[in-house]
Amino acid sequence: MNQKNKSITAEPVFKAFIYVVLITLAILIIVPVAWVFLASIKENSEFYGNPWALPAGFYWQNFVDAWNSASMGSYMINSVIVTALSLALLLVIALPAAYCLSRFQFKGRKFLNTCFMAGLFINVNYIVVPIFLMLKDGDVWLKNLIGNGFFLNNIFVLAVVYASTALPFTIYLLSGYFATLPHDFEEAAYIDGAGYGSTMVRIIFPMAQPSIITIILFNFLSFWNEYIISMTLMSSAQGQKTLPVGLLNLMQAQQSSAEYGILYAGLVLVMLPTLVLYICVQKKLTQGMTVGGLKG
Amino acid sequence: MRRSKDRSIFIALCVAPAAILFFIFMVLPTLNVFRMSLFERGAYSPTETFVGLNNFKVLFQDAKFIASMQNTILLIVTVTLITFFFAILFAAILTREKIKGQNFFRVIFYIPNILSVVVIAGIFSAIYKPENGMLNSILSFISGRDVMILWKDQQMVIISIIIAMVWQAIGYYMVMYMASMSAVPADLYESASLDGAGRIAQFFQITLPLIWTNIRTTLTFFIISTINMAFLFVKAMVAKGMADVGLSFMYAQKDAGLYGYSMAAGVVIFLFSFLLSAMVNKVTKRDVLEM
Repeated sequence: MNQKNKSITAEPVFKAFIYVVLITLAILIIVPVAWVFLASIKENSEFYGNPWALPAGFYWQNFVDAWNSASMGSYMINSVIVTALSLALLLVIALPAAYCLSRFQFKGRKFLNTCFMAGLFINVNYIVVPIFLMLKDGDVWLKNLIGNGFFLNNIFVLAVVYASTALPFTIYLLSGYFATLPHDFEEAAYIDGAGYGSTMVRIIFPMAQPSIITIILFNFLSFWNEYIISMTLMSSAQGQKTLPVGLLNLMQAQQSSAEYGILYAGLVLVMLPTLVLYICVQKKLTQGMTVGGLKG
Repeated sequence: MRRSKDRSIFIALCVAPAAILFFIFMVLPTLNVFRMSLFERGAYSPTETFVGLNNFKVLFQDAKFIASMQNTILLIVTVTLITFFFAILFAAILTREKIKGQNFFRVIFYIPNILSVVVIAGIFSAIYKPENGMLNSILSFISGRDVMILWKDQQMVIISIIIAMVWQAIGYYMVMYMASMSAVPADLYESASLDGAGRIAQFFQITLPLIWTNIRTTLTFFIISTINMAFLFVKAMVAKGMADVGLSFMYAQKDAGLYGYSMAAGVVIFLFSFLLSAMVNKVTKRDVLEM
């Protein structure tokens, strides 16, 4: 009885302590992100004073400068193209493959499934150098043949590489879902005279919509944010770049000429799409995360 | 008969593109990592000469490589310990206690995980700026005098990387632990508290043993992802060559045109991560408790 009384009086103190800790961590995460948003509308002279001062006004010129003179605009377009293209490619390739690998019995199925599973453990950071050399050799060969390289500094090839390296994870996730569907759906469709292709596209894919959305979300984030492959395969100084790589170059150049406003405007341009998407679908993302996967 | 031929064609059409791309861009490069580690390749011409294990011999005497592996190990240990501690603490609080705005906290804590490492590097360059940086200005305010710590200089740079990496990782692992903790049946806690077990006893005697399988899995995640994320952070945050980790050493050799040497480093790092994961997996093996 005595002990129970004690724990009741300690309760509010403990609760308050928990709230303090939780709110502290939340502040530690929100404040730096919010700070960048505020800094993106500050004038350059404001960066030499107190860092906690609010912006004097809305200095939109930072975004205009970042978009035009720091080429963030064209980098953004490149990033949109690469991300959209690799997502489209990934879906077109991975959906049928995952469907067949999980629902048909055929020779070599077990072998392929094992290969894709093993692929989950291959990290792109290790294989980016061989991929680069392979494309470089291809370019040298093409140059001798037709006088022009094709594979390096090409955003379409970059999109193909992105889609390929995302295949194991995507097929793993989709197969897991397809395997849970009962076979009656297909049998009914075959009896009605539907072929294999139309059964897959018209009956099975619509049912897989929730997992398709999950894979689009995860892969959007990883393609949009990626910079190691992009930096390696699009290394030409004057060539096209994706947004994170362009921003990284700007950050490294910024150490000599202090153009803070443009830099923070560039940061906002990179993270705004992911933040907006996250706010719209946060529930799906934090739930989907537990079904699979290793980041980084 | 026709039907079975149709079926084979259909399967081939569906599986072939994925299998071909997977082979060209993942299997072949992976095999190449191992093959190239035994060769020396000219920087400007694709001629290769077989050198056996020579690359590895040089590698193990390269002080820069040893230093980069020491940094990698330091980061694996510290980032894992700090992140694990906070992630599991916050996960336990958010699942066990009745907290207002539980979902709000979960959403906020996960934000760093959706940002590009380049963005995080940009954010932390504003935090670490020596003059007018967020961190130094807070420290100045607390201590009452001008603090001018050079966070990105040689002595502090590893600590700066650790802070940024923990900041990025906590939310991810927290959500992961929350998912497995919420599967622990509530009546276990009820009967435990009737028996007089306090919060801490409940945590160590119920929560921890029951999510042990999940913890073991995440420990492997920690090892593999710290090796990879450390590379991304160092590449984006730190001046070239100041504090290399294993993979950034590998990448620097590639930039220098020493492709075979670079791949030898890659092989060593890969084997290291594999062996370390296996070791941790073995050490943490316990009898699985049924819920």
